[in-house]
Amino acid sequence: MSRRYIAIWFRHLTADWFTICQPELKDVPFVLASPERGRMVVRAANILAESNGIEKGMVVADARAVFPSLMVIDDKPELSEQLLNAHAEWCIRYTPIASMDIPDGLILDITGCAHLWGGEREYLKDIVSKLRSSGYDVRAAVADTIGTAWAVARYGQHSPIVEPGEQADALLSLPPAALRLEPTIIARLQKLGLYQIRNFIGMPRTVLRRRFGQTLLDRLDQALGPSNEYITPVQPLEPYQERLPCLEPIVTATGIKIALQRLLAMLCTRLSAEGKGLRSATFKGYRMDGKVEQIEIVTNGASCHIDHLLKLFELKIAKIEPALGIELFVLEAPVVEDVDPVQEMLWKIRRADDTGLLELLDRLAGRAGMSAIHRYLPDEHYWPERSVKPAASLKDQSETPWRTDRLRPVHLLARPEIIDVTAPIPDYPPMLFRYKGKLHKVNKADGPERIEREWWLDEGLHRDYYCLEDENGARYWIFRLGHYDGNRPEWFIHGFFA
Amino acid sequence: MTQPAPKNGIIEKLQKEILSLQGFRQLPGGHRIDFGLGEIESSFPNQIFPTGAVHEFLSSCPEDSAATTGFMSGLISRLMGQSGACLWISSKRTIFPPALKAFGIEPDRVIFIDLTNQKDVLWAVEEALKCETLAAVVGELTEVTFTQSRRLQLAVEKSRVTGFLHRCNPRIVNTLACVSRWKITPLASELEEDMPGIGFPRWNVELRKIRNGEPGNWQMEWVAGRFRHVRPTFSEAKTDLLQTG
Repeated sequence: MSRRYIAIWFRHLTADWFTICQPELKDVPFVLASPERGRMVVRAANILAESNGIEKGMVVADARAVFPSLMVIDDKPELSEQLLNAHAEWCIRYTPIASMDIPDGLILDITGCAHLWGGEREYLKDIVSKLRSSGYDVRAAVADTIGTAWAVARYGQHSPIVEPGEQADALLSLPPAALRLEPTIIARLQKLGLYQIRNFIGMPRTVLRRRFGQTLLDRLDQALGPSNEYITPVQPLEPYQERLPCLEPIVTATGIKIALQRLLAMLCTRLSAEGKGLRSATFKGYRMDGKVEQIEIVTNGASCHIDHLLKLFELKIAKIEPALGIELFVLEAPVVEDVDPVQEMLWKIRRADDTGLLELLDRLAGRAGMSAIHRYLPDEHYWPERSVKPAASLKDQSETPWRTDRLRPVHLLARPEIIDVTAPIPDYPPMLFRYKGKLHKVNKADGPERIEREWWLDEGLHRDYYCLEDENGARYWIFRLGHYDGNRPEWFIHGFFA
Repeated sequence: MTQPAPKNGIIEKLQKEILSLQGFRQLPGGHRIDFGLGEIESSFPNQIFPTGAVHEFLSSCPEDSAATTGFMSGLISRLMGQSGACLWISSKRTIFPPALKAFGIEPDRVIFIDLTNQKDVLWAVEEALKCETLAAVVGELTEVTFTQSRRLQLAVEKSRVTGFLHRCNPRIVNTLACVSRWKITPLASELEEDMPGIGFPRWNVELRKIRNGEPGNWQMEWVAGRFRHVRPTFSEAKTDLLQTG
């Protein structure tokens, strides 16, 4: 059976997208430009701009000279590929094999599909009209080969449908550029006066090969049919979702747990086969009365361990209200990450990043929330409150080492508490201080250690820290805010040493 | 008539058997962690600091609590070794992580769990003690009942994790199923004559209860990353350099 292909050409793919997103651009000539070697170059132009003589590849300054009120928008380099991918996935409704043709087209293998729409004409009309009504300026053609479909979609003058076996007739009147040749070969053909494919299609192959290289012959073969061309179909990412419809509505917690267990088993088998683990999951129950009950979990690290995930969910099953009963369960994993391959261990090593620990943390997070778990890394600040920063993840490592040159108290008060102090001026440590109504006589002291406030972060006075030891041997970290300049400075207690 | 030497041997063997029945198993392969506790170790069963058990620490004021944290950190640093992880569970945390470095703990290997109520703390401590991959678990709790402490003890007997319960100012000091009860209070540090400043952290270590051991009272110092006993006649410290500036 002969194959049939459709080539779809988006004439202004990115420009059309901008117009769809911002309808006010519809009546404005605009171009998409990006910098290249210090100048802005036009990457795409809309119809209005093209009708004013602005083309792809022009420098924006030149284009502005041609058309002064031209609007210039920054181009997004990956946009065209993303759009094509989205359209290719959309085209899977027409055929299972749809592929992208970078930079501005799609190629669909429609072999055996067209009759479902009542013939190729209706099929093609359906695709084109749907794309046009969504705002894209497209042309499409059907042919036996990708090459001919491509050529007719872009350069064809007559019918967009090339009947089986008539590729040569369709190609004869087209320019050589329709064969997807390199610009140098096209220029050479132009130079020799070969403006149409009919001018050289009959020439002996050896002559063509000697003059224009093997590429021209390959392209001709691809267009006419003798040699095959392959396309890479897009494969849409299937969402990580599992469904479990129930024959009878479920009303008990045990029933819900069984459903959850089955769904988790299905999802985790798929995840582990793909080497992935879930970071968050949603379990939904569709109730008889139309309401949706849902519970969610998050994990600290990608996991596809059924027992563990079930444990996390178990804490929340009680929150589901089945009412009259739940008839459909859905388990979704919106966030999925690659999981580190678990090494089979011969002996147990106590490691900080073990899965057992991760699972424990997940359980804790499930009960108390992620905000309860803290791990700290050193930060490059002298100011005590800022000298540690919370780590983003369990594997987060810091480049700066922990400081050991200055003694720091084991217990630091969240907020320094004001104390009454008797101290000889100017820079001696206190002799006496009163904290929580109790008088402490200072026996030994160290200091001062001045820590300046980071003026770029906040305003205020510096702190002069002292380590004090009272007559009972208890050790304190206290500081004076600012200098002694006339007024009485304030003293604070900030921590306790071991 | 039997000789006294074999008899002693039999008694020793039987004592060891009793200890193992009571959960004081010796780690296989003669592997033991050196806690550097010196003569305190002679009061422990088998002369080893009991790991895989729950220890209770009492403190009555913030100053005591800081001293207790210091002593506990010294023990935990040995348990964590080169790569272990530790969970520090509390409801009103005041620990300043950089200070743990002075006691030999890598502060970034300690995971702090900050919960809002005591019930959650107890639950989290129990869950954590069941996790075999942890080196140590610290729980800052005030009130624990005997039943609750029994649950913790059962958890560690299975997982061999060492737990530390730090009870700051409890309303009643009730009996718990923990292996030991400690009370650490700060002591005035001593320096060489005429030296200004504060010396090494020094504590009065009181072992109030120890299962199958002998309670006692010692004075200790934390010097250059290890414990050191302080004799009433203080002389040998002169060789060591002071670390506070």
